[in-house]
Amino acid sequence: MSTLHPFTDRTAKRLWIIFIAILAATLAGGLFVHLHGLGGIEESFGFPAWYGFLACVVLVGVSRLIGFILKRPDNYYDG
Amino acid sequence: MTASLILPPALALFLGAAILTIARGWLRSAVMLLAPLAALGLVWMVPDASWGVGGYLGYDLVLVRGDRLSRWFGTIFAIMAFAGGLFALNQENRLETAAAQAYAGGALGVVFAGDVLSLFAFWEVMALASTAVIWSAGPEARPAGLRYLVMHLFGGVLLMTGLAGEVQATGSVAFTAMVPDTPARWLILAGFLINAGAPPLSAWLPDAYPKASYTGMVMLSAFTTKTAVFVLLRGFPGAEVLIWVGLFMVFYGIVYALLADDMRRILSFSIINQVGVMLTGIGVGTTLALDGAASHAFASVLYTALMLMAAGAVIRGTGRARLSELGGLFRSMPITTACGLIGVMTISGLPLTVGFVTKAMIGSAAAKENLALVWYLMIPAAAGVALYAGCRFSWFVFFQRDSGLRPPDPPWNMRLAMVFVAALCLLLGMVPDLLYAHLPYASIYNPYDGAHVVSQMQIVVFAALAFVLMIGVLRPSATITLDTDWLYRRFGLTVWRLTSQAIWTVWYLTSLATWTLTVQALTELRLAVREGFLSERHGSSTMAIFAVGMLVFYLAVLLIF
Repeated sequence: MSTLHPFTDRTAKRLWIIFIAILAATLAGGLFVHLHGLGGIEESFGFPAWYGFLACVVLVGVSRLIGFILKRPDNYYDG
Repeated sequence: MTASLILPPALALFLGAAILTIARGWLRSAVMLLAPLAALGLVWMVPDASWGVGGYLGYDLVLVRGDRLSRWFGTIFAIMAFAGGLFALNQENRLETAAAQAYAGGALGVVFAGDVLSLFAFWEVMALASTAVIWSAGPEARPAGLRYLVMHLFGGVLLMTGLAGEVQATGSVAFTAMVPDTPARWLILAGFLINAGAPPLSAWLPDAYPKASYTGMVMLSAFTTKTAVFVLLRGFPGAEVLIWVGLFMVFYGIVYALLADDMRRILSFSIINQVGVMLTGIGVGTTLALDGAASHAFASVLYTALMLMAAGAVIRGTGRARLSELGGLFRSMPITTACGLIGVMTISGLPLTVGFVTKAMIGSAAAKENLALVWYLMIPAAAGVALYAGCRFSWFVFFQRDSGLRPPDPPWNMRLAMVFVAALCLLLGMVPDLLYAHLPYASIYNPYDGAHVVSQMQIVVFAALAFVLMIGVLRPSATITLDTDWLYRRFGLTVWRLTSQAIWTVWYLTSLATWTLTVQALTELRLAVREGFLSERHGSSTMAIFAVGMLVFYLAVLLIF
């Protein structure tokens, strides 16, 4: 893992803990407000979190698929 | 037509550009900073009135038409010209700095133009000046700059054709709101959309912008696309087609930015993505949506410039622009990293940034209009931006593995420009009333309610979680992703080559055949001279006819080949 991130393992562990705390805190924030929406599922607890997360997964999937078809070496037009 | 004291704000920048072509030293620096400030002053002095310069071809030209919308865009353009000038103080290329200021002047000309003729003139000034900005980067930028110019001149032709039809139909050159219901108006819309980076001809943007210098691209990012947003706001508010075009651009931008390797290409796709959000707002068309689009254009000029300034500082320091070759720069470039992070936080729409207070207006407007599809797509749009810019761009440039590069932060003026824009992003996010008091359509909006803060936070931090979990597949590689420009850069070229080869082959075969036939004819002629027709005696009239025949044959051969 040390090649993937610039932190020591100990710092990385701490950052993970902080990150999970933030995730939990934003989720918990949803307990205190009534989300805006059109009156359907989008007003349920944690909807922006899981829907946004799912959207990211789908977007990455679509970009992988498009990349699989359309990616070329970056000197493609130079030749 | 009352006030004769109205000065076109563009004038300050055109004068500045003229001086910049010859000025050196402190005078040059002064003009780069003071001309935009003078323009800003003039923008704020423009009253709600029109100022004309008389007629052209029987039409009244209105060089300045002041209203809230034109002052709104004029303000951000003047601020941007100032910040871009500050960032570019040590750019030694005089053509670039002069062209950049003329380009900003053209943008100011467009936003204050009250009639379509002067609008078109300034539109073309922008096309030429921005091409000069791209070409200033050197020989490597020439092909892309030429493609850029051709595309914008083509857009200009569409626009002019449409405007001519519109003026002919209405008898007026006033630039007012239209509904796309005639071929002429569709042509106008198409001309505007080419500059907005809309499909299918958006490829000019990621093709040309990255070829500009790092100071040039900061300027380019602000004016062309946002001027297009302005004219669409003015000309086609509520045109439903813009919703679909906008939504396409939003997701096209995200997907291509997720694949891109070059920082500048990522930010090019980011421009298309963000302009898509604005077009969606214009298409929704309520006052809240239009204000949202205008505000988002304002914010987007700031954070896009900020991210490009950070990217420019990185390119200046390392000579590299690819994510796959960068990393770990936060150690030696703390100010650049901090400003870059403020930029990506703003585009991600985190609370306390200007991105938060502007983008939400468009979503809220969609909810009020019960446009369920738009509303449901706004969350993936926000999550996608947080993913490609908030996480992927910032992580792979400033953090990830240590690339071993230790570039210092850039010179003071570039640092100051970044800090200035970053401060604006935060100030307008924390005190949104500074913006809201001047909204072009005067809607009333409160961004800081609990539900909005919580849902935006959830979207962004869970997008970050998605990034951390999928970081393996988001790793950059030295590739590009083909786009519609493939059609004219490869496919068209291949067709052209094949066609010209075919033409050559036919020509070659024809010549060969002609030559063979000629040789044969000459042989026959020799035989005729020796023992046939030509060795006999003939009357003068026969010979005259024969000579005329030869002449006609000679002419025919001459004409054919």
